[in-house]
Order: sequence, then structure tokens, then C-alpha cells
Amino acid sequence: MTDTRNAELISGFRPQMLKFARLQLQDDSGAEDAVQEAIEAALGGIDRFAGRSALKTWIFTILRHKIIDALRERGRTVQISSLERDESELDEAFDALFKENAHWSPQSRPKAWGDPEEALQQRQFWHVFETCLEILPARTARVFMMREFLGFETDEICTTLALTTSNCNVILHRARAGLRQCLNQGWFAGEAQSC
Amino acid sequence: MLSCKHATHLMSEALDRPLSGRERFNLRVHLLFCRGCRAFRGQMDFLRKASRSFIHWRDAGDQ
Repeated sequence: MTDTRNAELISGFRPQMLKFARLQLQDDSGAEDAVQEAIEAALGGIDRFAGRSALKTWIFTILRHKIIDALRERGRTVQISSLERDESELDEAFDALFKENAHWSPQSRPKAWGDPEEALQQRQFWHVFETCLEILPARTARVFMMREFLGFETDEICTTLALTTSNCNVILHRARAGLRQCLNQGWFAGEAQSC
Repeated sequence: MLSCKHATHLMSEALDRPLSGRERFNLRVHLLFCRGCRAFRGQMDFLRKASRSFIHWRDAGDQ
């Protein structure tokens, strides 16, 4: 591939990179910076890439590192207490799935999702997934994305965000349970009805 | 016996740290008898898989 072709491909990834960075940094100008730096770094070593998919994986790897740097730099300054109310609302929604004895109440007992693998192939599914991430409380989403998108170990998340280990575990559980419930309602339940 | 709510916490933590022998045992016994929690566990695995595929979603949609 020629350089121009590569540069075109990279600019094609830009909107998606921005979305990815915005979700995690929750700050437009920070996201722009991270994407710009990633693109510049990628253009520097572009000769080695012989395919769109390899190039995309590589450029997102660079972006991931830029986001990690930005998050590390902010570190302890990002604690937001105004959003704690959202977190407790999410916890209440989760608690409502259980009976007094902490076992599932019959109407909300999880049912296996039809064909989740197939969902991954559908563009519409990813829009639902993104929306579900966006409506998570900010700190909850950040911890989840640090763990699952950026591959931080939990120890490192705790240190970076000045959280205790048990706090981190609680937040990750909250995020997963919240996403599960959101996808269940937003995608899998609707799908079951339409089939 | 483990409650379902407690089991969901263990299933989440199992994605982040190795569970102790006792935790693994309790969870395994619970899952043997609890269909709801087995479904929940499958959904946790799916969330991890989906998160890891996230950057490729547009390619998938184009196919």
C-alpha cells in the first residue's frame, strides 16, 4: 500500500477513534489530543502495515496507550462525588432484581441470551452497546473501560484512581450488572419478541 | 449456601482475580443448582468478549 492510501485509511478510522477516546476520557479536547497524537505516531511507522485490519488494530493499540497516558496524568484529580447518586440508583435497580433472601425474584431471573455471538456481527447491536456504556455513571464507566478496553489490572486501576480494592470490585460489578441489564432490555429482550 | 446476589459478585470478581478454593467451590455448587446464575455467568463472559471486540465493530457491521 502507498502512503496516501494508508493516510486515507487512517483518516477513515478517525471518527471511530474519537468516539472510543471520548467514551473513556469524557472530555472532547482531551479526546482530540489523544487521537491526534495516535495518528501522528501511526503515520511515523506506517510502512510495516500490509492490511486494513492490521493497521486498525495497530492504530487502536497506539490510541489505547495515549488514553492510558492521559488517564494516568489526570490520576487522582478526577474523583467526582456529584455522580454518586447515579451509582446508588444503579445499585437500587440491581437490588430490585432480588427477593428479600437475595435470590433472584422469578420475573427477573436471568435467561440465557439467544445467540449473543450473532449480535457482535450487527451494527445496530454496537449502537445499543455504546448507548449502554454512555448511560453508566461516569466513574463506573471509566473503571469498566480501564479494565475491559485498556486491559489495566485491577490493582493498577485502584492505584490510579485512589480507590480501595474492594471499592474497585464493587464498581466493576456495578458496571457489569448495569450493562447486562441495559443490553438485556435494549437488545436481547426486544430481539426475543421479534423472533 | 451462597445467595444469588453474592454469586454475582463472585462471578464478576472471577474476571479480575483468581478466586480462592473455597470461593470456587461455593460458586460451583451454587451454579449447579441455579439456572439464573448460569445465565448470568454466560452474560458476563459475553460482556468481556464484546468489550474486546469493540474496536472492530464497524468492520463487522460492514460485512
